[in-house]
Amino acid sequence: MIDTVGRAQETPDQTQPFAELGLKPDEYQRIREILGRRPTSSELAMYSVMWSEHCSYKSSKVHLRQFGDKKPPTDALLVGIGENAGVVDIGDGWAVTFKVESHNHPSYVEPYQGAATGVGGIVRDILSMGARPIAVMDPLRFGPLDAPDTRRVLPGIVAGVGGYGNCLGLPNIGGEVVFDPTYLGNPLVNALCIGAMKHEDIHLASAKGVGNLVVLYGARTGGDGIGGVSVLASETFSEGGPTKRPSVQVGDPFMEKLLIEATLEVLHAGLVEGIQDLGGAGISCATSELASNGEGGMHVWLDRVLLRDPTLSPEEILMSESQERMCAIVRPENLDAFLARCAKWDVEAVVIGEVTDTGHLTIDWHGQRIVDVPPRTVAHEGPVYERPLARPAWQDTLQADDASTLPRPQTAQELQSTLLNLVGSPNLASKSWVTSQYDRYVLGNTVLAQPEDSGMVRVDEVTGRGVAVSTDCNGRFAKLDPYAGAQLALAESYRNVATTGAEPLAVTNCLNFGSPEDPAVMWQFSEAVRGLADGCLQLGIPVTGGNVSFYNQTGDIAILPTPVVGVLGVIDNVTRRTPMAWGTAGTIMLLGSTRAEFSGSEWAHHVHGHLGGLPPLVDLEAERSLARVLIDGAREGAIRAAHDVADGGVQQALVEMALRSDSGAKIVVAGDPFTFLCSESAARAIVVTDDEAAVRERAAAHGVECTVVGTVTGGPTLEFAGLFDVSLEELRSVHEATIPAALA
Amino acid sequence: MRIGVVTFPGSLDDRDAARAVRIAGGEPVALWHGDDDIKNVDAVILPGGFSYGDYLRCGAIARFSPVMTAIIEKAHEGMPVLGICNGFQILCESHLLPGALIRNDHQHFICRDQTLRIEDVSSAWTSSYTLGQEIVVPLKNGEGGFVADDATLDQLEGDGRVIARYVGMNPNGSRRDIAGIRNERGNVVGLMPHPEHAVEALTGPTTDGLGFFASVLTSLAGSR
Repeated sequence: MIDTVGRAQETPDQTQPFAELGLKPDEYQRIREILGRRPTSSELAMYSVMWSEHCSYKSSKVHLRQFGDKKPPTDALLVGIGENAGVVDIGDGWAVTFKVESHNHPSYVEPYQGAATGVGGIVRDILSMGARPIAVMDPLRFGPLDAPDTRRVLPGIVAGVGGYGNCLGLPNIGGEVVFDPTYLGNPLVNALCIGAMKHEDIHLASAKGVGNLVVLYGARTGGDGIGGVSVLASETFSEGGPTKRPSVQVGDPFMEKLLIEATLEVLHAGLVEGIQDLGGAGISCATSELASNGEGGMHVWLDRVLLRDPTLSPEEILMSESQERMCAIVRPENLDAFLARCAKWDVEAVVIGEVTDTGHLTIDWHGQRIVDVPPRTVAHEGPVYERPLARPAWQDTLQADDASTLPRPQTAQELQSTLLNLVGSPNLASKSWVTSQYDRYVLGNTVLAQPEDSGMVRVDEVTGRGVAVSTDCNGRFAKLDPYAGAQLALAESYRNVATTGAEPLAVTNCLNFGSPEDPAVMWQFSEAVRGLADGCLQLGIPVTGGNVSFYNQTGDIAILPTPVVGVLGVIDNVTRRTPMAWGTAGTIMLLGSTRAEFSGSEWAHHVHGHLGGLPPLVDLEAERSLARVLIDGAREGAIRAAHDVADGGVQQALVEMALRSDSGAKIVVAGDPFTFLCSESAARAIVVTDDEAAVRERAAAHGVECTVVGTVTGGPTLEFAGLFDVSLEELRSVHEATIPAALA
Repeated sequence: MRIGVVTFPGSLDDRDAARAVRIAGGEPVALWHGDDDIKNVDAVILPGGFSYGDYLRCGAIARFSPVMTAIIEKAHEGMPVLGICNGFQILCESHLLPGALIRNDHQHFICRDQTLRIEDVSSAWTSSYTLGQEIVVPLKNGEGGFVADDATLDQLEGDGRVIARYVGMNPNGSRRDIAGIRNERGNVVGLMPHPEHAVEALTGPTTDGLGFFASVLTSLAGSR
């Protein structure tokens, strides 16, 4: 029997499975107060998914406000936080939108589809802003490389990212692959997408214009991904309907490709008043958000939704997370033209409702009213929690356990073997086994891709204007000090963008943490957000959007706090980008100051299995100054190659540059050799120049320390004068063997 | 010189192919899979991608689209046709070229800068290269292993119809390292790697791919 609004009024005392749906007793009570009666089963379904942590940000909202409150003054932000994705002005009438999201839990359960639909979801977010998606990136984190479950999870996730993105025709230009034991039961799959559009093409998710039509188009609605396991446990929802459904969605990249082309055509033809993608919470989310952002009312005939499975119940249709669907608000006079464009691309479309000014979202099922709610209460006025937070007792012990007590390599021979050991360690080894499964060439605008410091794509083929994006996070630093760790993630990403010659402009983030119900995790989260917001303010680049993923924890063991930061930069002419490859000659210079900082370093982690102490010093003013030298140096042509110094220190940066060009160098080690080679002090980069004086002058003008550390020789070895020589052949074989050997 | 570039549902490298034609000095003309009109073009490129999502078999559905009927007819009359990657698969499914493309022997999608040796310079699409010239162009495929029975392979080799072979490594298990072949007449060429991604120094590993597009413009000019 259909649970109608009338029936809900007549049977106020009927027990409802709110707890199974993940709602707390007081949340259920609040729904009853809002409606002045018990919710219908359809209404309960909608509130349960929309008030979930994933959709409502109820634990994080009070902290995330800082990104708005501490927003630096900027003219670049065209659309800020709160829309599907933020939009920034990159000049010449172009706007760029970018965002990173998590798909962690589904990817652990079903690696291929979990990762694939993660890519699909973020691409639709970018598309719904009116932009053509132009590139993707995927920061990935796994358990130890040699763990049996990593062999199950990693190949599937990589194949899923590639399988979906390659088939969509989007170049994959970067990302990360990081290994740490805490990710063993909780791999992180973050997906970033970049889109470009002209300013006039920006679209927003709002249902404006009473009488306008609500069109659902794309794939048919099926029983996949329905509201997660809590809903499936509910007996009352599936009487006579499907009983057990996979909670992971199944992707169809071919349909998504058609959806992209059809959507861009209807947008450019001016046939759309408002648009929203269907992701988490499906139709519940799209209808309530569109209505809430628009005239405030909407009526939906739910039985018009095209189904893959005709036995689906209305509750299931409302909660289904079937992929490759979009919802558009279309004027009645434009409907035929809209449907014709969809038909051209073989995309099914159907009118499921219309915009009203009643202030209510009403939904009918074969003539019976099953939902009548104020849409704001579903979409925007969910519960907000100030979760208890507490600096964990172990934090002081952890910070006191400094890496300075670890035994260091002393002799030249020990330094050499440490170098080879680190160059082949899982986190520092070549990731080409992963990235070679991604198409980096499609669309023909990729200027830089992995393993370069940032991915760079040309946006305007005439002027050469382009964008660069990097994503970074060292979770070990964040564990040692979440505030500083988040700022170091920001600093590295910012530096990577500047290293390639682009001007950093905006920030997105994917905040991956353990359970918000653990006060220690909540403290890590609050500190990371505070650090990131303060850091963005100081660097003058706003946060334009992002995503929070909690509950990345198995039992009591939470993942390393992992605030992945993506920075987007603009370069007015991509022909002036700075690559990593240093060619066969030139002077090698180190920009920035080196301190003996080893706590949380790759050396401490890989060689000693140690994590303790305080992370490297954060000096955002030094980062700004360094960025100026890098960007101006690229623009003036003084800097020919560059690479940021981060994980693994200077030696790792030099090895990667040498291998990129297959060209050796002679390095003159300054000061304590181990500190010079392995320290992970921030705000540093290696640059190669044919005009040493010009770089010195630039660096001096910005107060950046500048040291000549060697010369590119073009030879077959990397020589560390007075210490040791190592052949590029040996470095390459060590660097490239690790990952394929482990996954073979 | 008007070079048609077909867009099927799921075509991905159509913009790239059009750009390559433009850079080589030709005029790219967009062709639509559902049209049976090929707009009086002088030659046609079937671009890379995943037409129809690779459902059934790569290229198996695209081969039956209205535009292919017209293209197959013109190809038999001598119009130059180049199929790149998915386009190569479509040409095999259309029986304009022999053999088939199957899943890479290592089972992974692979994207790399691939060295090729040009082994035939008589085709409409390879005439601007020198025999034995080695070029580097991107390769990116999941189902790029060229297979045919030994008799067919022997005949292709005997007739000089292998236009390019993989050098250094065989990236997908193709029989006899074959990267591309032509029909007997030399107007129809299928190639698994992507010359259209190697036409600008800025975005490609080289500009070696331009030769395919320059070749057809020269061949067409010569035949007028």
